[in-house]
Amino acid sequence: MSQTDFLYLMPLLILTFAVLVSMLVIAAWRNHKIIYVITALSFIAAFGSLFELRTTTAYVIEPMFVIDGFGVFYIGMILLTSLLVSMLSYAYFEQREERKEEYYLLLVLATLGACVLVISTHFASLFLGLEILSISLYALIPYLRTRPRSDEAGIKYLILAAFSSAFMLFGMALVYFSTGTMMFSGLAQSIAGMQELPLLLLTGIGMILIGVGFKLGIVPFHMWTPDVYEGAPAPVTAFIATVSKGGVLGLLVRFFMEVDGFRYPVLITIFTVVAITSMFAGNLLALIQKNVKRILAYSSISHLGYILVAFMAGNQMGVEAITFYLVAYFITSVGAFGVVAMLSDKDSDAELLDDYKGLLWRRPWTAAVFSAMLLSLAGIPLTAGFVGKFYIIAAGINDQLWLLVVMLVLNSVIGLYYYIKIIAVMFQQPETEREPGTRLRPSIYVASAGTLAVLALLLVYVGVYPTGLVQLIQNVLVSVPEIVAK
Amino acid sequence: MILVWLIVILMAGGLLAWLSKKVSPELPRWVALGAVLLDLILIVYLWISTEATTGSAWLLRYDIPWIPQWGVSFSLALDGLSLLMLLLTFFLGLLSVLISWKEIKTKVGFFHFNLLWVLAGIAGVFLTMDLFLFYFFWEVMLIPMYFLIGVWGHENRTYAAFKFFLFTQASGLFMLLAILGLYFIHGSETGNYTFNYFQLLNTPLAPDAARLLMFGFLAAFLVKLPVVPFHSWLPDAHSQAPTAGSVILAGLLLKTGAYGLLRFVVPLFPTAAVEFAPWAMLLGGIGILYGAIVAYSQTDLKRLVAYTSVSHMGFVILGVFAFNEWALQGVVMQMIAHGLSTGALFILAGFLYERLHTRDLAQMGGFWSKAPKMGVVALVFVMATLGLPGLGNFIAEFLTLVGSWQAANWLTVFATIGIVLATAYSLRIMQKVFYEPGPQQESFHDLNFREMLIAVPMVLGLLWLGLYPQPIIDMARPSIKEQLQAYNMEGPTIAEPKTAVVQPQPGATIDAEQLAINQRAFSNLQIFQSPK
Repeated sequence: MSQTDFLYLMPLLILTFAVLVSMLVIAAWRNHKIIYVITALSFIAAFGSLFELRTTTAYVIEPMFVIDGFGVFYIGMILLTSLLVSMLSYAYFEQREERKEEYYLLLVLATLGACVLVISTHFASLFLGLEILSISLYALIPYLRTRPRSDEAGIKYLILAAFSSAFMLFGMALVYFSTGTMMFSGLAQSIAGMQELPLLLLTGIGMILIGVGFKLGIVPFHMWTPDVYEGAPAPVTAFIATVSKGGVLGLLVRFFMEVDGFRYPVLITIFTVVAITSMFAGNLLALIQKNVKRILAYSSISHLGYILVAFMAGNQMGVEAITFYLVAYFITSVGAFGVVAMLSDKDSDAELLDDYKGLLWRRPWTAAVFSAMLLSLAGIPLTAGFVGKFYIIAAGINDQLWLLVVMLVLNSVIGLYYYIKIIAVMFQQPETEREPGTRLRPSIYVASAGTLAVLALLLVYVGVYPTGLVQLIQNVLVSVPEIVAK
Repeated sequence: MILVWLIVILMAGGLLAWLSKKVSPELPRWVALGAVLLDLILIVYLWISTEATTGSAWLLRYDIPWIPQWGVSFSLALDGLSLLMLLLTFFLGLLSVLISWKEIKTKVGFFHFNLLWVLAGIAGVFLTMDLFLFYFFWEVMLIPMYFLIGVWGHENRTYAAFKFFLFTQASGLFMLLAILGLYFIHGSETGNYTFNYFQLLNTPLAPDAARLLMFGFLAAFLVKLPVVPFHSWLPDAHSQAPTAGSVILAGLLLKTGAYGLLRFVVPLFPTAAVEFAPWAMLLGGIGILYGAIVAYSQTDLKRLVAYTSVSHMGFVILGVFAFNEWALQGVVMQMIAHGLSTGALFILAGFLYERLHTRDLAQMGGFWSKAPKMGVVALVFVMATLGLPGLGNFIAEFLTLVGSWQAANWLTVFATIGIVLATAYSLRIMQKVFYEPGPQQESFHDLNFREMLIAVPMVLGLLWLGLYPQPIIDMARPSIKEQLQAYNMEGPTIAEPKTAVVQPQPGATIDAEQLAINQRAFSNLQIFQSPK
């Protein structure tokens, strides 16, 4: 490795270093605040180091990584989201008695895994990133282990994720057997001339996609989502919904763009079916839920379905739409779960619809932020979600995916129903005046409230004036020849 | 720039009203009143200062890029049609603030926030000339309206609010698809990807594509209008909303559908619209009769008024798809007159509800002697609804029927029967509430000063529309002619307006212009009549 390689890997190295430092600090002196500060600083430092990278051309670190505009943008997105999640976590864990410090180690590690994913161009680095992410999540999900449902969630995720990893490994082996290479570009070269994929190779790619599909939580690999969302602590749920899925999606986009998977009708058919069933399954199942975290879990299934519509477009506009939608979705999800985290008390998360009854009159600002997040998920104007959905529909129509686009519109209407249901619950008058929960110490409260305020402002800013973000995304994609060529 | 201010004042006023609740519980009302009044003054000023303009239909234009990558601009433009609709918007908006003065007692700040934002959304819809922005405002008006119904409504408010929201949102999404379809077709044909209305107007469309895109737009507008098979949200929403909400729903929100038909469907898809016209007019005719018959059988006063809206909106679609100037003038008059008369009836229902706490007609009766002022006012409103000559609705319905006769004789006959039915249900209101002996109500007081302040302008407005509608007709004429250009001749249609303000003409031309109007109206009749 050369010196510049180190420079380009600096964000990852900073995160790794931060993990080591905090481990040593924990060994010496357990203190929530210090560990939190180290974590936050490392995220900020890693984010800052991104500005040092010249992303006008892709920088390749043979054979594992490529650092290009796309990767840098996704790493930036992941780091900022992790930072926000950690800020929400601080207040959330401060009021809980269990050991808090290791949580941050795992959070940083998981972030590192997601960052590795979005810049990898080789099956080895892919698997490495995926496993760093997964193994941290195995521990993060049941972190509050005295809670009733946390073990269930943790074990479910562990077994299913291990299974999907096994599928993925087997898929990689099959691909290697057929093509003799583990690099994406090598794979692309060896299948460039083929009109049809040979069965063995198709099976291999299919198995890899099973692993990816599991991480994204799309139908038919979505079964774990509601249980894990419900059982995990609210900040961890936010992390799974955003960073974990975003990282894998970034990988999927890169893989498909490099391999040009859109040439093969069989893959297109598979993705079309997956997208449509995800949208419908997510939205229809969400209709009958009474638990806010489960509603958000099912809604995330359908949102991944929406994103796949743009993914199917398979051109630059599609990638722009995915990226834009991800930004909007990150803001929204972290905001929504942030509100859940903020309203949670010591024993359980605020997850039942009843917990939200009359919230608009008890805590108007929190309720307003939550409403804004839900409206953004529903894709109502003035919010980032609207522009994101608009972008996806535009990408779909541009590629004339009429079936998918019409399904998306139908699903938006179904989705509206349950988002509005939560909002309706919030402005119901509560029958009994419940005593206000004990407020946290002001400084902690301010950290959470400030984070939510920032998210809400971002949401509206991107929703009203999306030009800047669109421009940024278009600029960073310039350095990715595979995407621009399309 | 003044056009931006019209919207900004409302939005800022809304936020200020919400925040000002902290200072004093009464302050939001004054803030809202001030904001709407300011807008009303601005638009009246615009009207007066541009009355004598000739030439281009466009009076003002404001245009800045918003999302240049997608060809979206923040583009507002004002023509006679928009101006009239804005006038109606701010007038009814002002009344809505006034009638809520005593009715709304909880969450006053949030109520006025929603009220002003609905008005801002509506004003945006009437002003914008960019399809992306149009959709944006189209949606912006939904959420606050949803809150108005859902929070301050009557007993079954949650259901009504849901239904309203789902119907309008779902139909709106189809319009979004159509807008995007038009955008990409235009872009691929000309290489210029833009949402600008004036540039999209001349998009060459294959017949099939035009039909599909038109149905996308129609979905939104016909649900909003509403046309009969899609009307089921309306009685629920109207009857459950608070008075101000009902007034805005009936007076303004329905008009955005009619406006959309006039502004977008007619000029954008001339061939497809002509194909669809017989069906649309049939739906209109069915709506007129169905709405009237169902209205007659209601026992809930607000539901009754809601169904009269269905009937009256039938005239709108009948007129729009007749494609001639008479009918379109009638439609514009109908939009304004119906906004006033139905708004007035809802206000009346609000007055009664405040006193009796019921909307059930069986609980009312014999108020003529107890509340003579209210009786007289109500009589005017009811007469307006049934289309008595001398009041606004008569002019509107007369013009519409004259216009539609040229396009579809038989349907016009049935539509005229609808007016007879209107007499039946309107008189039933008068009969049930004021004449028939009813249950004894103890403390039933007549209209007080504030209520008179609300009712009298409405009476005057209806009388003015009925006795001297010429200013309205003059104002709407240039824009109506532009909307219809595609139907009369080949070649370039709506000319893009200049960004600059059109200077008012010297006063000397006003009289000549005024004198020429009637002659011209008649000569135009002949032009439009000529068969193809």
